[in-house]
Amino acid sequence: MFGAGGGTSSYEEIETTDLIVLWGSNAREAHPIFFHHLLKGIDNGATMYAIDPRRTSSTAWADHWLGIDVGSDIALANTIAREIIAQGLHNEAFIAHATTGFDEYRASVEPWTLQEGERVTGVPASAIQDLAHAYAKAETAQLLWTLGITEHYTAADNVFALINLALLTGHVGRYGSGLVPLRGQNNVQGGGDMGALPNKLPGGQDVADDVGRARFEATWGVELRAEPGWHLAQMFDAIEGGDLRTLYIIGENPAQSEADGAKARHALESLDCLVVQDIVMTATTELADVVFPAAVGWAESEGTVTSSERRVQRVRMAVAPPGEARDDIDILVAMANRLGHDWPATTAEEVWDELRSLSSWHAGMSYERLEALGGLQWPCPDESHPGSKFLHARLWEEPSGGPAAPFTVVEWRPPIDELTDEYPIRLTTGRHLDSFNTGVQSGRSRAPRRKGATIDISPEDAEHLDLSDGDLARVTSRRGSVVAPVAVETGLRDGLAFMTLHYPDEVDVNVLTLDKWDPKSGTAEFKATAVRIELEG
Amino acid sequence: MITIDGVDVQAPVDATILEAAAKQGTEVPTLCYLETLTAASACRLCVVEVEGARVLAPGCSRQVEEGMVIKTRSPRVDRARRMVLELLASSVDLSLAPELLELAEEYGAAPERFGEVRAQVQLPVNIDNGLYVQDLSKCVLCYRCVAACGDDAQHTYAISVTDRGFGAVISTEFGVALPDSACVFCGNCVAVCPTGALIVTTEYDMRQAGTWDEELQTVTRTICAYCGVGCNLDVHVQDNEIVKVTSPFDHEVTAGNLCIKGRFGWSHVSGPASPD
Amino acid sequence: MDLRNVTTPPSDRERVAIDRVLADHGFAETDGTPGRTAIGGRSAATRRDLLLPALHALNDAVGWISEGGLGYACERLTVPPAEGYGVATFYDQFSFEERVEVVRVCDDIVCGPYADQLIAGLDGIEVERTPCLGRCEKAPVAFIQQPGFRRTEIAPASPQSVLEGEPTSVDTHIGVIGEAVLLARVGSVDPESLDDYRGAGGYQALSRALDEGADAVLDRIEAARLRGRGGASFPAAAKWRAVAQAQGDKIVVCNADESEPGTFKDRVLMEADPFAVIEGMTLAAYVTGAERGFLYVRGEYALAERRMIDAIEAARAAGLLGEDVADGGFAFDVEVRRGAGAYICGEETSLFNSIEGLRGEPRDKPPFPTQEGLFGLPTVVNNVETLVGAVAITMDKDGNSKLFPISGAINNPGLYEAPLGVSVAALIEAAGGPTSDVQAVLVGGAAGKFLLPDDLEVTLDHGTEPPLGSGAIVVFDTATDMEVIVDRIARFFRDESCGKCVPCRVGTIRQVEALERLGNGGAERETLDDLAAVLRDASICGLGQLAAEAVQSALDLQLIGGRSD
Ligand SMILES: Cc1cc2nc3c(=O)[nH]c(=O)nc-3n(C[C@H](O)[C@H](O)[C@H](O)COP(=O)(O)O)c2cc1C
Ligand code: SF4
Ligand code: SF4
Ligand code: SF4
Ligand code: FES
Repeated sequence: MFGAGGGTSSYEEIETTDLIVLWGSNAREAHPIFFHHLLKGIDNGATMYAIDPRRTSSTAWADHWLGIDVGSDIALANTIAREIIAQGLHNEAFIAHATTGFDEYRASVEPWTLQEGERVTGVPASAIQDLAHAYAKAETAQLLWTLGITEHYTAADNVFALINLALLTGHVGRYGSGLVPLRGQNNVQGGGDMGALPNKLPGGQDVADDVGRARFEATWGVELRAEPGWHLAQMFDAIEGGDLRTLYIIGENPAQSEADGAKARHALESLDCLVVQDIVMTATTELADVVFPAAVGWAESEGTVTSSERRVQRVRMAVAPPGEARDDIDILVAMANRLGHDWPATTAEEVWDELRSLSSWHAGMSYERLEALGGLQWPCPDESHPGSKFLHARLWEEPSGGPAAPFTVVEWRPPIDELTDEYPIRLTTGRHLDSFNTGVQSGRSRAPRRKGATIDISPEDAEHLDLSDGDLARVTSRRGSVVAPVAVETGLRDGLAFMTLHYPDEVDVNVLTLDKWDPKSGTAEFKATAVRIELEG
Repeated sequence: MITIDGVDVQAPVDATILEAAAKQGTEVPTLCYLETLTAASACRLCVVEVEGARVLAPGCSRQVEEGMVIKTRSPRVDRARRMVLELLASSVDLSLAPELLELAEEYGAAPERFGEVRAQVQLPVNIDNGLYVQDLSKCVLCYRCVAACGDDAQHTYAISVTDRGFGAVISTEFGVALPDSACVFCGNCVAVCPTGALIVTTEYDMRQAGTWDEELQTVTRTICAYCGVGCNLDVHVQDNEIVKVTSPFDHEVTAGNLCIKGRFGWSHVSGPASPD
Repeated sequence: MDLRNVTTPPSDRERVAIDRVLADHGFAETDGTPGRTAIGGRSAATRRDLLLPALHALNDAVGWISEGGLGYACERLTVPPAEGYGVATFYDQFSFEERVEVVRVCDDIVCGPYADQLIAGLDGIEVERTPCLGRCEKAPVAFIQQPGFRRTEIAPASPQSVLEGEPTSVDTHIGVIGEAVLLARVGSVDPESLDDYRGAGGYQALSRALDEGADAVLDRIEAARLRGRGGASFPAAAKWRAVAQAQGDKIVVCNADESEPGTFKDRVLMEADPFAVIEGMTLAAYVTGAERGFLYVRGEYALAERRMIDAIEAARAAGLLGEDVADGGFAFDVEVRRGAGAYICGEETSLFNSIEGLRGEPRDKPPFPTQEGLFGLPTVVNNVETLVGAVAITMDKDGNSKLFPISGAINNPGLYEAPLGVSVAALIEAAGGPTSDVQAVLVGGAAGKFLLPDDLEVTLDHGTEPPLGSGAIVVFDTATDMEVIVDRIARFFRDESCGKCVPCRVGTIRQVEALERLGNGGAERETLDDLAAVLRDASICGLGQLAAEAVQSALDLQLIGGRSD
């Protein structure tokens, strides 16, 4: 977001904000303890709007739920923007002071009348209007999202559409107002911050930035490429095209987590060499030529992770790793040495201190301070800095400190996987409270209410299709088909179905999904698949 | 300005007597009170004498007022506290509440005097899920679990105090089994229970087997492996096996709370494997 | 809220009963467009206060509260089922097992001697023993609950009158020492006629208040030193003034939960002079600026409730409640809420919780009701008699006049009015004297104190010994086994303790046990004294604080146990 890939706000801010807009996020189940902070906000009098195709346990807490059509988020955001501008509710002073590109943006949203918004999103115009006014008029507002926004082939544009709304109303850069993407994994934020992105070096520095790159080259004694590397989807394309023949995977299960799973597995099988480093055997390690057993990051090794509020915190070794499992750093150092380098044994703290010397975000975060203060939020440029609760205060400074924040014109594009008579039902995916991603970790623990793999359908569809709870149904997309027991859910409407990804060994949902990915972010279209559902056998 | 045990103390306007006393270095015993929860003022262990007041005041919830003269110990206070402890010890199994037993000793509580035939809380141990056990014969009805499951943290409202008087008991609707109730197995009720009436299954089983030994345990602070919220975990380890996970009450991200994944989702590391 | 609903469906009768009661209270669900919008969260959970009426609707309609019925009520009101169950199980009147009808037979200190015989005569019928039903002057008393919204008070009760289900008599004998102020209209005007009430001087106080203004009313009530008649003797004017000075929405609550054993004064006022109660509430509303009123009547007062509801409707129809009360330029209306068998709900903050659809447990004080009362708003809560007294005072009547329900071993049991400062002996005399030799007199109900025959010249007033309490006077003759009486009182507190605080939850049961050991010759005085101390000093509310009063006075007077110390 305007040069910093992190949520702008702290959890504590949602406790006192006036308005909460939860968009494409089932945080009640996917981020339960963040939701505690949100609930405090509600208890303190905040009004909440939730935008989600499904009536989830999160949306049940919203004063107002907007049941949008899958993949129409940009249409909704643009409609909200047009209504705000049409009613003169936009923050002209802030726009003039801190942003660029407003005129083009205004022109781009002009066609999005409330009626047009209703036609495309399915949400009644009055509800859209209501949300637009509430967001524009709120003293402070938090706009939050998760994978409902980002697991689309328009992921980056979806995010831009939301950022535009915050710029339009000045709901960013102030305590209490902000934009927060909730991170799905304990160190998604940290991984990106450490440079595990194709276009970034640690500390959010761009690979194309010559000055920044030179500092890394000097420290590391190697030359770095100025061009971005491949993101995940590009790697799979490269495997398919024969340009990528060896893959070293650390702690991922793409054989089950990638969209169009059959294709992904086929790609992995076609490699010359696949090395997988993981804490347990997975469907992906099954395909590997070499498996490195790794220590469990959060309980068997030392290091740091970074949360959705940019808080860097220490993970520590609570138990010794079993058998031959080794710390990730040890494995990497050993690999380097086998490849002919001479890397000394290194502790996590030494690695961290090197990072601090290169990343101004992290410079002030010594292990000692992280431990004493229960973590620190970046940017934390020096050891006397308390860390940053929120980002982009510069946008409000007089004169505005640093570059202006640009509006980004975004066009709505419908989901690729079209609904037709043959595939009339929109299948979307998501998470359950008591499970996590492909279930590699969570599946081993007890959960008395774990539901298992089901195809969830609305009561209306259950009636049309003559299906009831527990029936086995075949779900077919343009790419494949799976069989799952039916669960009739009142939170779904006619034409909308739902599955989770947690139980790939029982029902491999990614056989159905489309691996069409977003060119900007590399995320695939997990959330919008066209399917047909029928009684099996 | 207020006076606590004869000493003048400066206390902020909205401070409770407990907080004001703590600031001055005087500890007032508590049972139902927990900093992260709204005070229920139910146990009455924290009562103090406020000059001019007809009855004793609960230190945990009564706010100080200008000019208040407070005695945190006096014969009246001590007698009330001794009786509260005596009443609890005579009716509830306090074997997993060592701090209460120590207090009972300190205040000279003599629960035996209520005779052999006396009403006691005797309820069957409820083992209806693989994650935590309800042993409500140990319940002192401090209301903490209800607050943690409800308005003060989890907002799931799976349990409530039901019935009335001595028959009051923590229960789901119509006493249905926890897996059939609204319970989401976050264990946030277990985390706040001061008496072991709510206890994680691993600890319960090890105690039953006689293998639970806190002397042999280490507690390591780390971060949850799952979602990106960044909850702090305290991992309790005995013999290189995780036996329990809790969260610190004084950390702002969790305030002691976790979700089912953070509190119970550690079987991929070590310990009892196979899910149900 | 993301509540998990009960999956058992309600029966048709249950569904209809709940839909009707919610509609009657103006509850309309704010549905959105199906599948597209919905109102949720706190915005969907705004009418928790209808939980108790909904529970009554179920219990009245089908005789008990089933899983499906409770689940449906909770779902409609967005109440978590566990909490709904926690609330429902708080009250004695609700059953969670299917039943056809239940006869509640009073076995308290006045009716007690008759209870066994009455119950023996009701073979084959489901009977529950209950504490005082508030018709002590016509002991023994029974209360029948039958499905189909049938609730009947029977006094005096015999097996035959219970089986016939006909209330035998409703008129309470009344008597007056000095001028009738509070009872001026009781028995002489038709309680069902607003015209009669006006003909007898009704609503003149409100007219006068409108003429002279709120301050004049306040000054007059303050000058008359009207103090609360619910037991706590708090100056009424001070409460009214505090709420009048508060900003924003305010509420007037009339406490008609009268459940103190031996007490039936509020019932008589409601049954016989209901408009006066409404006028009193309206006066309080005018003075304080409150626009909403609640009258919380105990669940066993079926007739009083009926009379109050009818009177409120008549007053509303006549423009004496509503948007512009008596053309006086202020709005006020009253809702009746019914208790469900819990003495503690007479404690003012428990009463608020009960109305709000929470368990009827008391709240910490401070904050006091005048600061944060019902729904968190500044609230005047007054006893029925206090409010009727305020009406009289506004018409320059004596603010010192007090009601005394007198029952037990007395020739003319009934409700008596006399000026404060009257002696117990004079009251007993006015009630025709004792039926035989007096052993002891209990003043102030179960939370009160005993007097010996030699001490009856003592006078009754606010703030003097023995405490006035509710004003109830129960006379015991020498044939009475005082151990049984004291035991019944101790069991009353044990049974009625809400259970929230340790001193009362466990202390009241230990008190019962210690008395039993005492009866068997044990040396229990020290234990009983310690229990009394912790109950008085450390309990949250007046129930626990006074739970050892009567026991201690019986011990002190050697009515039981003798001196073991
Ligand atoms: C256990 C308990 C029961 C009470 N029951 C009643 C009651 O039935 N009616 C009543 O008016 N006050 C009752 N009170 C007193 C009320 O708390 C409160 O003081 C009273 O309603 C205030 O009205 P007043 O000032 O007009 O008396 C009770 C108090 C306690 C502690
Ligand atoms: S179960 Fe534990 S936390 Fe809950 S009320 Fe009982 S003692 Fe308190
Ligand atoms: S405990 Fe739950 S909410 Fe907290 S980090 Fe772990 S998975 Fe996320
Ligand atoms: S004194 Fe008794 S009735 Fe009052 S709060 Fe305590 S337990 Fe409840
Ligand atoms: S700690 Fe204050 S009442 Fe329990």
